Amino acid sequence: MDVMPKWADVVLVPVVSLLLAMVISALVILGIGEDPWAALKLMVQGSFGSTYGWGYTLFYATNFIFTGLAFAVASHASMFNIGAEGQATLGGLGVALVCLALPWPHWALALPAAMVGGALFGAAWAFLPAWLAAKRGSHIVITTIMFNFIGAAVLNYMLVNVMRPAGSMDPASAKFPDGTNLPSLHDILAVVGIPFSKSAPANLAFIIALIACVVVWLLIWRTRFGFELRAYGKSESAAVYAGISPTKIIVVAMLISGGLAGMMAVNNVMGEAERLVLNSVEGAGFIGIAVALMGRNHPLGILLAAILFGFLYQGGAELALWMSIPRELIVVIQGLVILFTGALDNMVRMPIEKIFLAIRRSKQAAGE
Amino acid sequence: MDFSTLIQVLDSTLRLATPLLLACLAGLFSERSGIFDIGLEAKMLISAFFSAAVAYTSGSVWLGLLAGVAASMVFAFIHGLASITFRGNQLISGVALNFLASGMTVLIAQSWFQQGGRTPSLIGGARFEGVELPFAIGPSDAAAAGRPLNEMLSEAGPLQLFYSELISGHSILVYIALAAVPATWWILFRTRFGLRLRAVGENPAAVDTAGISVVGLRYAAIGIVGILCGLAGAYLATGLQAGFVKDMTAGRGYIALAALIFAKWRPWHALGACLLFGLLQALALRTDVVETLFPFKMPVQLLDSLPYILTVVILAGFVGKAIPPRAGGQPYVKER
Repeated sequence: MDVMPKWADVVLVPVVSLLLAMVISALVILGIGEDPWAALKLMVQGSFGSTYGWGYTLFYATNFIFTGLAFAVASHASMFNIGAEGQATLGGLGVALVCLALPWPHWALALPAAMVGGALFGAAWAFLPAWLAAKRGSHIVITTIMFNFIGAAVLNYMLVNVMRPAGSMDPASAKFPDGTNLPSLHDILAVVGIPFSKSAPANLAFIIALIACVVVWLLIWRTRFGFELRAYGKSESAAVYAGISPTKIIVVAMLISGGLAGMMAVNNVMGEAERLVLNSVEGAGFIGIAVALMGRNHPLGILLAAILFGFLYQGGAELALWMSIPRELIVVIQGLVILFTGALDNMVRMPIEKIFLAIRRSKQAAGE
Repeated sequence: MDFSTLIQVLDSTLRLATPLLLACLAGLFSERSGIFDIGLEAKMLISAFFSAAVAYTSGSVWLGLLAGVAASMVFAFIHGLASITFRGNQLISGVALNFLASGMTVLIAQSWFQQGGRTPSLIGGARFEGVELPFAIGPSDAAAAGRPLNEMLSEAGPLQLFYSELISGHSILVYIALAAVPATWWILFRTRFGLRLRAVGENPAAVDTAGISVVGLRYAAIGIVGILCGLAGAYLATGLQAGFVKDMTAGRGYIALAALIFAKWRPWHALGACLLFGLLQALALRTDVVETLFPFKMPVQLLDSLPYILTVVILAGFVGKAIPPRAGGQPYVKER
């Protein structure tokens, strides 16, 4: 029986959790001797106050949409894919290899190839954990964590020993050819005559992320496979009884998940850095978990949550720039948001449920 | 590779294995009671910071140790609150706490010491010094003889070298970690508490039926986790190194988790796994030794990732099957 109406579950609980996380964050800012109200104003101003700010906010949000969708797809099949970090790292490698392979004449040709490259490498990195989970019963959480570390080592090896241009000390790949440079939001919006900051990194990948949201929604709620995925996620035994193959669901769900995480590299590697560097993912894989949790594993929710985290990232960078608050404040706020919206969900939910129960009882009593 | 190099490598193996071992035993208690903890890293890190900060401020490493353990206990308690009391997702709680510790330590360090998110270097009584066992050649003998320690050790026989360099001269926390292995075994397999703890990780409903509090037992396990991770973090910042630096745990919490699976949730095997992973870390620091050991050029990245690769192999079940405690990760809901 649903105690709460749907809107309370989808909107009220996350908003209250978020408020709690914000209150604690404000106390942390107070604790290190700064003014939380001024900090919040600066964050909002810095991330939404100009098209330059928006450009950064949407750039970060693009990363989080991909990793959030990646986590959500696996989550619908009851798989806890904590490996988006490693899958996105390998996706970066795939994108870089594609971009450096040919002297691409135009981005319109390079983009589909890079998307396939990123998705393939990301999916490949998810395959072994998925296969081990399906066939050998290995715990997917532990194997994907291990693969994050192995992936970091692989990237390190490739950059230091293979992809580093001769004579360069920097563990990074060569710069991609000009034909792979994606149009920025400035270029895209200029077509329809909307002025947008030229120096912000948001690019075409944001549009691809929006399309990915729609595709994932269609996949999960409008296809036969999506139905099987959700059925398996709700009850494994019922799904098996209905003739759904667990191996197929686990492996395909994880491949899609890894592929989405890998496609993130189109944004950060191809769209922004235009070369492959160490640690280009910068924790976006883990933030995807928070984004999917807040967004209740629904693409629309993930989009909104990703923009919220994009705001935190860009706002946090502004804080580090203009106030004497280290950038690590963002990490603290992230941790608090994940803690309250994810782990302590019941702490918020239980009292709200009690309130709704009380209201219902008093209504029943009045009706009799 | 000569004998003294071997002793040196084994010596740093033991030092590097100590934080892994303490964290691994912490994970052992936690997972045996049915609580997944991927936040071992967080507890070590927060303890490393507070032990270094308080040791520096007070000048006493023991006060630092106390502060580190207390901070680790607070984080352990938050994890308990989320996973036991509010029956939340234990993995998500671990992820959140890892973020929180990583950010908080730098934030507090910056506002406390203004040195870019680290503590000042610890000297004298603010660090754990090596314990000199009887009959071992140590710094005090060298001072008495008025000669450098290295010279005296190079003249010593193999047995004396083995004893003086490998067995003696570690900080007290190394010996505590080693002693924690038989203690853990004894608690888990020879006491009533241990029996109940293992039972609660396999079948909490049965424990509840016997009239024993599932929640109480799990919180007890969480408390032990807090203490052990606190020791591990304090050792990192005040024993192994002299002070706290940003993200100094560097994934050790995850390696400890890997060691736990490698050891299949058994204390003595945990010692073996941690020594093995410690050896890999020690070798990664000694590239000269690695070159003589392997006929081909061993990439240091492969050495770094071997613990993780080995764990995946173990998890795959090709070398014996790793079966976790059955109730792991599931919050217990009492029947109504």
